[in-house]
Amino acid sequence: MADFEPKIVAFVCNWCTYAGADLTGTSRIKYAPNVKIIRFPCTGRIDFMLLLKAFANGADGVIVSGCHPNDCHYSTGNFHARRRWMVFRRLLEFTGIDSRRITWSWVSAAEGAKWAQLVNATVEEVRALGPYKAYHDLAGKATEKEVTHG
Amino acid sequence: MDELKQKAKELLEKQQVAVIIGYAEGTAGRTRAVFALKPEDSEKLIFDERCKQNLAVYLMKHEVKHLGRRGIVATIPVMRSILQVASEYQLTEADVHVLGITPEGKLIEFDGFKPMEHWLSGQDVGLSAGEKDELAKLDGMSMEEKWAYWKDELSRCIKCYACRAACPMCYCIRCFVESNRPQWIPIAANDLGSFEWHILRAMHLAGRCINCGECGRACPVDIPIHLLTFKGVMDVEADFGVTAGLDAGMESLLSSFKPNDKENFIR
Amino acid sequence: MEIERKLLKRSSLERLVDMMRSDGNMIYAPQKKETQVVFDTIETFADMTEDYIVSNQSPKFVAFPKIEKILDFSISQEGIRQEGTQLAAFPPVVVLGCRPCDADGFDSLTAIFNWDYKDELYNERLKRTTLISISCAQKDDYCFCTSVKGHPGSTRGSDILLTRFDGGDYLAEIVTEKGKALTEKYAALFEADPGIEKDKFLAEVKPRFEVEGLVQKCMGMFEHPVWIEQSLRCIGCGACAYVCPTCACFDIQDEAAVSKGERIRCWDSCGFGLFTIHTSGHNPREVQSQRWRQRVLHKFSYMPERLGVIGCVGCGRCSRACPVDMNLSEHLINIAEV
Repeated sequence: MADFEPKIVAFVCNWCTYAGADLTGTSRIKYAPNVKIIRFPCTGRIDFMLLLKAFANGADGVIVSGCHPNDCHYSTGNFHARRRWMVFRRLLEFTGIDSRRITWSWVSAAEGAKWAQLVNATVEEVRALGPYKAYHDLAGKATEKEVTHG
Repeated sequence: MDELKQKAKELLEKQQVAVIIGYAEGTAGRTRAVFALKPEDSEKLIFDERCKQNLAVYLMKHEVKHLGRRGIVATIPVMRSILQVASEYQLTEADVHVLGITPEGKLIEFDGFKPMEHWLSGQDVGLSAGEKDELAKLDGMSMEEKWAYWKDELSRCIKCYACRAACPMCYCIRCFVESNRPQWIPIAANDLGSFEWHILRAMHLAGRCINCGECGRACPVDIPIHLLTFKGVMDVEADFGVTAGLDAGMESLLSSFKPNDKENFIR
Repeated sequence: MEIERKLLKRSSLERLVDMMRSDGNMIYAPQKKETQVVFDTIETFADMTEDYIVSNQSPKFVAFPKIEKILDFSISQEGIRQEGTQLAAFPPVVVLGCRPCDADGFDSLTAIFNWDYKDELYNERLKRTTLISISCAQKDDYCFCTSVKGHPGSTRGSDILLTRFDGGDYLAEIVTEKGKALTEKYAALFEADPGIEKDKFLAEVKPRFEVEGLVQKCMGMFEHPVWIEQSLRCIGCGACAYVCPTCACFDIQDEAAVSKGERIRCWDSCGFGLFTIHTSGHNPREVQSQRWRQRVLHKFSYMPERLGVIGCVGCGRCSRACPVDMNLSEHLINIAEV
């Protein structure tokens, strides 16, 4: 566990958080290298299932981030996203999926420092939780059990 | 219910409807849906406490839809389903004639959706005490226990999609799970495939489920999948004050929002 | 081969389970799990239930699992690597307590899986499977085996058929070479023919229709309106197909991520709209009545015509599992009458 490096996938919107993360870099702020950023047009486009797909493909933690409320490039995409997150998060908790591994956030294009702090915090939290073995096992070889009929 | 038979017969005779969808005696003590196309068919209609199936599922079925205007024997869940799908522009007042059945088993007719909405507003449409207990039992479990519970339950899933087929709200001609370019949800009924399918189904029913429980009754391997959408019913009521299937003019929960939607987890 | 009759005492059956297990067999037997009776592996005879009519799902999965890997593949700079399923890794399996109708079901499946292409995976699994059936002392309204050439005490398809008689001991009928080999291996457990009258211990299932006539009739019924009338209440789920001991349709899928994956086959159902949809979007079976017709005709017309077997063993599972009470035997009687 000591040398466990969490794999974090970040789903971010193009207009705020991605630009914010860019600012982190251009401001030469150092932060944990564990994150892989995937850029979307808007948080409204981030399908809830993508988060689970990330876990299925080996992620230990996920960050979802976009423009602050009222700042959406498309006016309302983040409001729609927020509703969906609220419903989804409750469902995850109900089914025993570890919602502590998902960081939800608003990071604007001016918040390079916040992005660094958010990633660092997430990495440390997920590091403490350890690898997301439960979900990775679920997504193991599709037919492993079925060789002996399950 | 002679009154029901009489009314159905009348509607068919006057050609106000092309078909009456109702319940009839089935096999081995079960009841089943029946489609009365001729006035004399209305003799088959029955109604008693065994008549649980949510008949609204047939209103959108291709072959039934194309018969013409549909009369339907409607308990509260059926009425709510009608209002819900109407709010999603799948049905209008002109498509359906509701032969309502009150919880006391009395026939009640409505002239359009408005009076039906009004009557429903005075009815208890929430989850039953037993259903709430089941949810509370699960809510009380730890994360690991919940995970183990659902993994075990869903391991029986055979992906027959009876849950989907039985649900009036699952009227899509091509379901998301059938998106195969590329394949979005695994076809295989393995652990991951079953989990993703049931999460997706529950999400797609958020704010739309009218807690009839038909999915759970339909499941041939007895997975309590209705609890997944029932949980959503409780949550959206708590978070957004939304109850599905009470208002044909309702905005869809997940394609609308309020700027002041209140959450406590976004950093 | 000629059927041999032996006595298998209850205590001997208990020992047989232990011995077969210690010899490395996976033993599947019906077990009560909450509301259902399911075939699952047992450790001892005590794990099994004998109080059931048929299991909720058929035991066909021992030869035709709901998901089966066909091959593994990976793509790298060295090229594409493919590795087929290791047939030798299939375990030896004993199915204990399937019903005569279940055993019959394997004959239908075998006919399908060997129609033109000889399906390696199915054949190899079946080759390693021994069916020790238990004849039916109970039945319910859904059972109609005797209408489709079956019988509560039929030996067809089983390797060994057990019939429980007074006191709980069993008459063992050794039907096949495979069954015989098993009785020879555990010879000490099998005793001389108890000389009982088997029929006394069987449920009585009255025939409901005459199947040869039905098969003949089905051949000319493609355009008949009966399919629409019968299927109006069908909601188009796949429950009937998935619990059926003879339904063999499958869908081949590649489950892959970036550079590696596996090709698997999964159960499928002709009741689904997606089953026949073309790439163009055209669907030759556009509505449920056409799919229902396919289901009935496949079992009662196409299979008898092409494979010489009826695609139904009368177990009634489809009708028990159906959420909307599509009762197959009732529909068949109706078809015979129209």
